[in-house]
Amino acid sequence: MTEKIGVYVCHCGTNIAGMVDVEGVAKWAAERLAHRGVVIARDYKFMCSSLGQELIEKDIQELGLTRVVVAACSPHLHEQTFRTACARAGLNPYLCELVSIREQVSWVHTDKAAATAKAKAVLSGGVERVTHHAPLEPLRVPIHPATLVVGGGIAGIQAALEIADSGTRVYLVEREPSIGGHMAQFDKTFPTLDCSACILTPKMVSVGNHPNITLMTYAEVTKVDGFVGNFEVTVTQKPRYVKVDLCTGCGVCEEKCPKKVVDDIFEVGLGKRKVIYRPFAQAVPKYPVLDRENCTYFIKGTCKACEKFCPTDAIDFEQKEEIITLKVGNIILATGFDLFNAHRIPQYGLGRLPNVFTSLEFERLCNAAGPTNGNVVMRDGTTVPKSVGIIHCVGSRDENYHAYCSSICCMQSLKFAHLVRERTGAEVYNFYIDMRAPGKGYEEFYHRLLEEGVHFVRGKVAEVSAFARLPGEEGHLIVQVEDTLIGKQRRIPLDMVVLSAGLEPRHDAKQVAKVFGISCSADGWYIEKHPKLDPVATMTEGIYIAGAVQGPKDIPASVAQGAAAAARVMGRIQQKEIALEPVRASIDETRCSGCRICNALCPFNAILYHADTAVSEVNPALCQGCGTCVAACPAGAISGTGFSDEQVLSQMEGLLLRNLQPVEV
Amino acid sequence: MTANGKPKFAMYWAAACGGCEIAVLNIHEKILDVDANFDVVFWPVAMDAKYKDVEAMPDQSITLCLFNGAIRNSENRHIAELLRRKSKILVAFGSCACEGGFPALSNLTTREETLRTAFSTVSTDNPQNLRPQPNYTVPEGELDIPHMYSVVRPLDQAVPVDYYMPGCPPESEQIAAVVELVIKALKGEATLPAAGSVIGAGHSTVCDECTRTRNEKKITGFTRIQDFRPDPALCLLEQGILCNGPATRNGCTARCPMAGVPCVGCYGPTDGARDFGGRLMSAVASVIDSTDPQEIERILDQIPDPVGSFYHTNLAGSLLQASKPTWEEDQHAAHHD
Amino acid sequence: MTEAFEPVIIGFTCNWCSYRAADLAGTARVKYAPNVRLIRLMCSGRLDPTFVLKALASGADGVMITGCHPGECHYLEQNYKAMRRYHLLKRMLAQMGVEPGRVKLVWASAAEGVRLAGEITKLVEEVRALGPLNWPTAGVAAALPAKPAALEVPA
Repeated sequence: MTEKIGVYVCHCGTNIAGMVDVEGVAKWAAERLAHRGVVIARDYKFMCSSLGQELIEKDIQELGLTRVVVAACSPHLHEQTFRTACARAGLNPYLCELVSIREQVSWVHTDKAAATAKAKAVLSGGVERVTHHAPLEPLRVPIHPATLVVGGGIAGIQAALEIADSGTRVYLVEREPSIGGHMAQFDKTFPTLDCSACILTPKMVSVGNHPNITLMTYAEVTKVDGFVGNFEVTVTQKPRYVKVDLCTGCGVCEEKCPKKVVDDIFEVGLGKRKVIYRPFAQAVPKYPVLDRENCTYFIKGTCKACEKFCPTDAIDFEQKEEIITLKVGNIILATGFDLFNAHRIPQYGLGRLPNVFTSLEFERLCNAAGPTNGNVVMRDGTTVPKSVGIIHCVGSRDENYHAYCSSICCMQSLKFAHLVRERTGAEVYNFYIDMRAPGKGYEEFYHRLLEEGVHFVRGKVAEVSAFARLPGEEGHLIVQVEDTLIGKQRRIPLDMVVLSAGLEPRHDAKQVAKVFGISCSADGWYIEKHPKLDPVATMTEGIYIAGAVQGPKDIPASVAQGAAAAARVMGRIQQKEIALEPVRASIDETRCSGCRICNALCPFNAILYHADTAVSEVNPALCQGCGTCVAACPAGAISGTGFSDEQVLSQMEGLLLRNLQPVEV
Repeated sequence: MTANGKPKFAMYWAAACGGCEIAVLNIHEKILDVDANFDVVFWPVAMDAKYKDVEAMPDQSITLCLFNGAIRNSENRHIAELLRRKSKILVAFGSCACEGGFPALSNLTTREETLRTAFSTVSTDNPQNLRPQPNYTVPEGELDIPHMYSVVRPLDQAVPVDYYMPGCPPESEQIAAVVELVIKALKGEATLPAAGSVIGAGHSTVCDECTRTRNEKKITGFTRIQDFRPDPALCLLEQGILCNGPATRNGCTARCPMAGVPCVGCYGPTDGARDFGGRLMSAVASVIDSTDPQEIERILDQIPDPVGSFYHTNLAGSLLQASKPTWEEDQHAAHHD
Repeated sequence: MTEAFEPVIIGFTCNWCSYRAADLAGTARVKYAPNVRLIRLMCSGRLDPTFVLKALASGADGVMITGCHPGECHYLEQNYKAMRRYHLLKRMLAQMGVEPGRVKLVWASAAEGVRLAGEITKLVEEVRALGPLNWPTAGVAAALPAKPAALEVPA
């Protein structure tokens, strides 16, 4: 045994020492693992403290340690700390191994003897494993300064502006004809009741005019190749049938277009739009799109009114889909959410009972630019309701649909209640399970609503029906609910019911995640690198998330995440290059016989097959280090740094204590 | 014994089919070199010799011993130990000596089951249900019949081995080359490889020598050559035929797959692999083209005998070596020995 | 044998999901049986069936393979490869007479600390009920033969 291994067992105060005999473990390692190369084994109160680290550095220098094993917390917490300490003392940082005896031993077990025995085994595994570590150098790759932001809602807008303001290029890709996202559809924002459009529009205009932002609307990212710092992104630009370089956005085409269709997207079916249209007045960019499906010219071959009247000859019926390739260093995904489809809860009557509305329909009713010019009226378009019920948690906090809380629906419902009172003076009933108002000014807003005379009924609504049973119910919607505060079933007759639907991941969130190579939770929300400490990064280097794509959140939180993701990206760009963990696969070409088992296994296309030499090769820049090809190579010709067969199998020998010599009696 | 000063040569046939012996004779005129350079002192299949003659030789007096066959019974073990003692260079010769070979597939069954199959099934004419007995008295005296073990073992689990020469049987060209190398080494004209090495084989896999066209692999089902006619120019595995070539050490010139017969893996694992079948299972399963557990099961149903397929000639040399019941019987027997 | 049987389980974890789930179980102080010893891999796709065979042959009474839920793999789809290997390995182990309950595949996301802890305790109890495996090769540390010293070759 030629290695000189230093072993350091951390007490972590009483976090470890309370359940593991740390002195005993260190003493055991010094005695029983000496023949495996352990030359020193110490225990210390806090290994991660500067004094603890100095202990290691001193031993490396004075004892000439060639390997270091620290038994402490999870490598996800302090691996970097101890690697850096080793590097300071002149030892290659990758010759250090951190084994977890806190998260995986002391915190999860209750029997001190068993926990101590397990800590010894875990440490023994680390000692065996570290012997097979190789000195490595991190892979340094340059960062391309351009950034791709996907999704032009408020989170994406914020991120794009922050980065563009710092002086680097941003490509903002949006699927719809205009940026703005859901926020553009809202009337007021809680709890301040700012006009949504008033605060959003200036930002949209800034995006449209920003010299560093290339705005690509009506376009989708269809492919992402490469890796952090060096992504190659394929964007598919759908045809607008409008030449944007000629269009002035004058709106004549929209005015002259003879055909109107129901607007299912922006006006959620409540209003109509022309076939060539801008989704809303403040749309950015200002160019319209032509809806090919409904266009008379495309259907019948005649019309072309838009073309006839366009003063700049910007209409182009021949326009084709365009494929654009971008080079970017980082990507921010801000693709937002879908509204829960309340049709899935048939007992709430959406679609069957005309005066049941969704929250987004209600937003459009309230909006001065909406189909009713801001008049809160019933489905007939004229009658002002005298009583309105607002049902919370529709599709949220419900095991049949989504178990999670949608986070925005309490406040949204309070906002609706206020708007109803303000616009109609109607009686308002809010049906809630729990009132959740944790944001700044939110609780105060709730109290304001209480003072405005809104009725709050605590209980989950069982049913909304039109079957009158009692006097006074005729001609009304009847909400059947258990009022849990008085412990009684109630039937409340109302003119109008608003379903405060929850948020859910985009219907295509999983496919999009696949394109970008990031992971989704079981629900479909994108998973952040760390739920507390790294909320906007993902497990995939160079890809960040912002806004509701990560989970339900309101506008302030989305803006904060947009800015946070931007800050992370700007930091990366500033560094100009990034050091990647050198966990990579490589193929020994003398032993590769080109069987081509591995070729199709790599989702990152990192394995190339050279037909001339009949040998496969791993491109280290594309390899992400998962090790699948290493495990699959039947010839054993592929090895993986950091997780080689020797490292794994020797760790196993150590864990099973097969490395110990029998004790002499 | 011999005064001609030539190094001594021995060859022994333990639990094996005899193919290894034939392969040695198949080196044609080079067999004359063996005779010219060695004094053949023990080779039961070729010349008469008695165990007691070997026992009488001084230790380490045999220079080269090619030992083929697995350790199936107490006689195999006894001779392995004897030849180890008497030989300088002991070569595990052929798949059976290296890794148990085909005989080791009986490690899937207990000795009792094996004996029952051999002596008591309907296809056996054995009305008195006779079984071989370890001891038997005849007028001339008491006979000890070699005791059959539950677990078949490769040679190196009985005694330390210097070199491994795989193959079922080893290719005659490879044997000739090895013989030539040893002769040269004896004359000081060449050096032998490091002890423990695999000799007479390559360092990559059978695919290296197979000229069938290979593509990216995606397997949607398994079949056998008796059930369909494979494309003669295309990789057999891609056609759903379990060919062990990708995991098997080269050296055979890919004879089987080139002839349209899937490789059974007789040259054993490559240098990096600890368990031939484990490696092969990993590779083959990885390229099954399905993400649906039920469909994967349906595809795997087409491999009726996974151990037989993936450990065709390697079971005794694998990590588990024998099935749990076989081991239990073996241990039980050890306690009662 | 007077001592009660305490099974030893080797657990393979994915760096991105189940290892983090184990960390989370720790952070949340969720208790589970101390019989499992975890090995971190970057991905369940790194799991070579040889690792499982080696564990069983080296004295483990059971093996737990864990990875990201199907469709949630950090490396997109590598957990499916682990799944395919597991299905084949199970068939091989069955033929070798190893009780199917000894080797288990569990999907656990980074958030499922409680579930992972529960699965570990469950497997420990199941293996405890099966009894020790005691694969005979485990008794001999040098199941792989000791390499003899280089031999002198007469000139």
